[in-house]
Amino acid sequence: MKISFTLNGTAQSVEVAENTPLLWVVRDVLDLKGTKFGCGKAACGACTLHVDGEAIRSCSYPIKMVEGKNITTIEGLSSGDSLHAVQQAWKEEIVPQCGYCQPGFMMATAAMLDKIPNPTDEDIDKNIQNICRCGTYYRMRKAIHRAAEIKAAEASDS
Amino acid sequence: MTENNKKKKGSSRRKFLVRTAIGTGVLLGTGYLTRHIWRRTIFTEVDKGESPYLGDAATPGIWFEVTPENEVILYSPKVEMGQGTHTGLAQIAADELEIDIEKITVRHAESVSTNVDPFATGGSTSIMGLFQPLRELSATMREMLKNKAAEKLGVAATSLAVANGVISGGGKSITFGEVVDGVTDWEVPDVPPLKAMKDYKYIGKPVARVDLHDKVVGAPIFGMDASLPGMLFGSVCRSEKIGAKYVGADTTAAENMPGVVKIVKEKDFVGVVAKSYQEAENAKNAIEVEWKVERNWTSQDIEEMIEVGKGKPVVIQKEGKAKRILNNEEGIISSEYKSPLGAHAQLEPNGALAHVEGEKATVYISTQVVKITQGEVADRLGIATENVNIKPTFLGGGFGRRLHTPNAIQAAVLSKAVGKPVKCFFNRKEEFQNDTFRPPTHHLMKAKLSDDGKIEAIEHNVSSGDVMFGSALIPVDLSGFLGADVGAWRGGMFQYKAIPNHRAVSWRVKLPFATSWWRSLGLLANTFAIESFMDELSISAKKDPVQFRLDHIQDDLAGNRLKNVIKACAEKAGWKDGAEGNRAMGFAASTDASTPVAQIAEVSVEGNQIKVHKVTCAMDPGISVNPDQVKAQIEGCIIMGISASMFEKMYVEDGSLAPTIYGPYQMAQMRHAPKEIDVVLLQGVDKPGAVGEPPIGPIGAAIANAVFRITGKRLREMPLEIS
Repeated sequence: MKISFTLNGTAQSVEVAENTPLLWVVRDVLDLKGTKFGCGKAACGACTLHVDGEAIRSCSYPIKMVEGKNITTIEGLSSGDSLHAVQQAWKEEIVPQCGYCQPGFMMATAAMLDKIPNPTDEDIDKNIQNICRCGTYYRMRKAIHRAAEIKAAEASDS
Repeated sequence: MTENNKKKKGSSRRKFLVRTAIGTGVLLGTGYLTRHIWRRTIFTEVDKGESPYLGDAATPGIWFEVTPENEVILYSPKVEMGQGTHTGLAQIAADELEIDIEKITVRHAESVSTNVDPFATGGSTSIMGLFQPLRELSATMREMLKNKAAEKLGVAATSLAVANGVISGGGKSITFGEVVDGVTDWEVPDVPPLKAMKDYKYIGKPVARVDLHDKVVGAPIFGMDASLPGMLFGSVCRSEKIGAKYVGADTTAAENMPGVVKIVKEKDFVGVVAKSYQEAENAKNAIEVEWKVERNWTSQDIEEMIEVGKGKPVVIQKEGKAKRILNNEEGIISSEYKSPLGAHAQLEPNGALAHVEGEKATVYISTQVVKITQGEVADRLGIATENVNIKPTFLGGGFGRRLHTPNAIQAAVLSKAVGKPVKCFFNRKEEFQNDTFRPPTHHLMKAKLSDDGKIEAIEHNVSSGDVMFGSALIPVDLSGFLGADVGAWRGGMFQYKAIPNHRAVSWRVKLPFATSWWRSLGLLANTFAIESFMDELSISAKKDPVQFRLDHIQDDLAGNRLKNVIKACAEKAGWKDGAEGNRAMGFAASTDASTPVAQIAEVSVEGNQIKVHKVTCAMDPGISVNPDQVKAQIEGCIIMGISASMFEKMYVEDGSLAPTIYGPYQMAQMRHAPKEIDVVLLQGVDKPGAVGEPPIGPIGAAIANAVFRITGKRLREMPLEIS
């Protein structure tokens, strides 16, 4: 079936089976590879992206559910050359190791910060439930707090 | 020394290839495979882990390309799987080349270049093995560029200086890119003196990862991200049952399913090629496969196999008369420990994109063994090895899981069948069921204390599934020669060599599924057993556990390095024996591949919940080429070690390996990671040593030792659970 939606600010239409997971449409039809396949069962979070600002696990999200919605992937998180606060913080703290799970974590974090601008450690534990095998959680926690600071500074500048 | 320059016709980029024999002075690597020296000596040598660089003298496996834009591309023979090797290599090259690190791009060498590592990326060997050769190669290249600049500028080489890729002197200057322009004839000078460590701008500094930007913007750098025009998707049927052999398949139902391009039946597997991943998966699930399953294995079967006393013992360490003292004597202290079957569970599934065109094949893949992948694909396709080009990508986690890559073969076979590029990868269930697991272990520890509270004799018996034997990495069957699996007993020897009588024995068990290399091999399990037992002994001896360990370490270089990390760790953590309320510290130490590590875990217990709040780690890897990345490896090892020792466990149910998904296969998440990790780096030798695996050793025992102080319960089995 034909599905229309907005992806990273651009209108898109695809013709795919209605139950095709959003992940594969983003990766293989629209060729944005930043959103990763990890488990296919919404258990690891590597495929996390935003649908209308909510972090969702796109491997288990049928394409028919995004009709008319707004999708943001890691490629659309930054605006132009200027990185999103979460990406800046990730760079400052040198978080990634292998890097494969990191877009999913950054997308989950960005969505959390929109709702909880200044998260406590408990907020982070509760909201960030993705899996990282390299064990970058320690730096990620620091980066999440740092991203909150950067975002707050950006907000007060504008 | 040899030199070789190539100018690619029609190429806008002038290539300046250096393939010299410079710097292969550390060719110690394969000695233990071919030299018939006494077995136990071999074990000792392997235990030191200092046989890292396995390039051959004519092709050191590193090469540079200088672009007209004055940038340097460093083709790495080692793959980047998160361990930071590409960053370390860029630092080393930048310092001796005299160019800013921003101007160096590190790329994976393709196998067609012949400059790939003939062995593997693994074993914590990349930086330690390439430190010297790469510095020498870079310094030599700098001199070659300088000499050529002297000719071009008409200025004596001695009056030229090099800074940030620009060679200047006599009022003139020229970039590296300009120097190489038009040059086809190079003279390779002798290796110049290397800079003093203190003069390095990058080596020894916490430089940001060279792949950092790509990894925060989600760049398509992984094997799973590879894509080619007209690419199709492949999927291969696999049995859920352990030991199943493919007999045949009824593919009728799958043939007319949407998107199906071709069903491919081979002698050993059946697969499908379709237009999309979902269509390939759907069609695969519609194929009815006949499997031959000889036995319906259970967890109990496996547990009964892994038991000290079963199988064949090989003594791997022996000093004094431990066996005699510990046999039939009063006052023997004895404990048993166990560790479970563990999965790699790396986030990027194994897979490959292959494109077979006539007698040639190209494979994009996350692999730790470029050369083996190449050979296996060539063998299966029946084409010349040099006609298979493996393009290594960044790995979405390695940890030893990509030391064998049969997915490449299947992708290539499917591609050949349809004449188009085919991407083929495991779904998560297949990934879990076809892992090359960390083997389960059983340990029997025995010791006798003397009247003054010192260890008179100690013995470690370990039973483990295979690690090295039967793996693709070690094609020669060494089991008859070595007897014990050097991977399985890694970390199983005693580092407390001042104990007058000590002995370690390895019992080999061959399991009905693949067990193999997992980050640090046997180190995590063996250290859990030895260091938990050392804690038990210190309590029996009524000694402080930190001092107790120091009392049993010999006075030599290895011993002094170990003592120093133990003291540094205790000091940094403010070591205190005993619980305060529901909170306590636990101590453990290990030495792996000559790198000593000590860790103190600060743990609390509420109900039956164990929580690790802080870990202090002191490690002596020698020179830390990038202290920040060394810290990152330590943090990662600690968290992966917490995950493996507190949560992870595979089991066998109705003939199948389970669980098959994250969640049921529980792993550490954000809430389980310590909020504080405090690292002290020491430098006890003036060369870089192993980093990526040693710090996973102590953590399991450190946690268990803390739990004992809080609860009085000795947890002798991983995953650690308070019942």
